[in-house]
Amino acid sequence: MKYIEDIGSYFMMLGKVFSSPTKTSVLKELIFKEINDLIIGSLGIVAFISFFVGGVIAIQTALNMDNPLIPDYLVGFATRQSVILEFAPTFMSIIMAGKVGSFITSSIGSMRVTEQIDALEVMGINSLNYLVFPKIVALLFYPFVIAISMFLGILGGWVAGVYGGFTSSASFVQGLQEEFIPFHIVYAFLKTMIFAFILATVPSWQGYYMKGGALEVGKASTNSFVWTSVLIILSNYIVTQLLLSS
Amino acid sequence: MIKIENIKKSFGDEEILKGITTTFEKGKTNLIIGQSGSGKTVMLKCLIGLFQPEEGRIYYEDKAIQDMNDDEQRTLREEIGMLFQGGALFDSMNIEDNVMFPLRMFSSQKKSEMLTRVNEVLKRVNLENVNKKFPAEISGGMQKRVSIARAIVNNPKYLFCDEPNSGLDPRTATVIDNLIQEITHEYNITTIVVTHDMNSVMEIGENIVLLKNGLLVWQGTKEDIFKTDNEDVTKFVYSSDLFKKIRDIQISEQ
Ligand SMILES: Nc1ncnc2c1ncn2[C@@H]1O[C@H](COP(=O)(O)OP(=O)(O)OP(=O)(O)O)[C@@H](O)[C@H]1O
Ligand SMILES: [Mg+2]
Repeated sequence: MKYIEDIGSYFMMLGKVFSSPTKTSVLKELIFKEINDLIIGSLGIVAFISFFVGGVIAIQTALNMDNPLIPDYLVGFATRQSVILEFAPTFMSIIMAGKVGSFITSSIGSMRVTEQIDALEVMGINSLNYLVFPKIVALLFYPFVIAISMFLGILGGWVAGVYGGFTSSASFVQGLQEEFIPFHIVYAFLKTMIFAFILATVPSWQGYYMKGGALEVGKASTNSFVWTSVLIILSNYIVTQLLLSS
Repeated sequence: MIKIENIKKSFGDEEILKGITTTFEKGKTNLIIGQSGSGKTVMLKCLIGLFQPEEGRIYYEDKAIQDMNDDEQRTLREEIGMLFQGGALFDSMNIEDNVMFPLRMFSSQKKSEMLTRVNEVLKRVNLENVNKKFPAEISGGMQKRVSIARAIVNNPKYLFCDEPNSGLDPRTATVIDNLIQEITHEYNITTIVVTHDMNSVMEIGENIVLLKNGLLVWQGTKEDIFKTDNEDVTKFVYSSDLFKKIRDIQISEQ
């Protein structure tokens, strides 16, 4: 019963986010601020994780193929497939659910408990549009983050593979080009967009409708991470089933 | 003028407001007094539409908010200035931007004009040289004054203050009380102040409403409040030793 209510209130929230917009000049400023906080502010950690995990994927693949019949270029091939299909879009998004998601929940949640949201409403401002809409727009840039993650993941794989002596640069690059299916890119970015929407809205919902004080803000942030990740994993499963298995 | 008729508000099984009817007049400082937990803040939040009462009607001039459509409600809210009990300053913005916020949202003034106005109201609440600080960097009393500045910056027609001088020293508290009254008279607006401070009652109580257990138990002016034998009033007023002594002195002088 509670879940049905929650789902209902989530979609009602979305309806309000896109109605009675805030003054354009103010909205523009808010959007730039969110791009800075949510997108630019995440690049460092995304770059770091992507590069090293890409490297680990390459090393693991190389170490696991003892069979001489397996071609050398498999290291590059496997790195490309794992990074583009799953690591960058899905697992990066789970990490972002921890970083961006709990940031969104705690910042909106603390505005809720200190009556800042009430203050907006009393002034006649649609607080959902004011707070959530700029986040959704900012996360339209999320695919760029994932593109960077893909690039650095593969670069990390190349560096680890070549400089670790597991493969040659030429065969790694050959692996990258082997059996390349352009639709995989479409699939990866399509699900990235879905994850971006989840990342912007689910933590906002958690923060906006929370009750209580500072302690509850902490709890709401944890909840927000759990729910955002669960929804990302579920929608990943559904999208993959729909787009790749036919 | 704001008129309320038979307002009832509950949270769960607990009835907080049990049917309140009264009128808050224009050009006067209307006070809501009562013990902590008596429902003053809940009543204020019903008046400004943050809480929906289960029963009763709230009229701004002649129009009930229940009858207003979204646009009318929004226009009304642009005319409301509200000071929250906890200040409710935006902590992501510095003081200047906090106070400027209503102007940026609802006026078409140039930035320099807005800034002049912001400095003017900050000066009225005795705050200067804090423009670039953030709410977390100033004291609680200063935050309160910034909130008052934000509430009055856009010349509201209706001003609501939830305990404007709690946490302020007596001198600043008096300055703030007087400021609220001045603005009320100067612009002929409807002002409602929630307080349990007897000093405020004495300073600015032009129309006082006493709440007790969710009911309106007494209404009158600051002159009336010392004459009445209403038990609830005397209990509230003379809970302070100071006022007890003043009364004893008055009695012994007679
Ligand atoms: N959002 C809420 N949910 C549930 N109960 C509430 C809520 N807000 C207030 N109450 C209850 O309503 C009652 C009156 O609270 P209110 O805040 O109006 O008191 P008050 O008169 O403003 O007191 P104070 O002088 O301490 O500020 C309290 O018992 C409180 O527990
Ligand atoms: Mg209160």
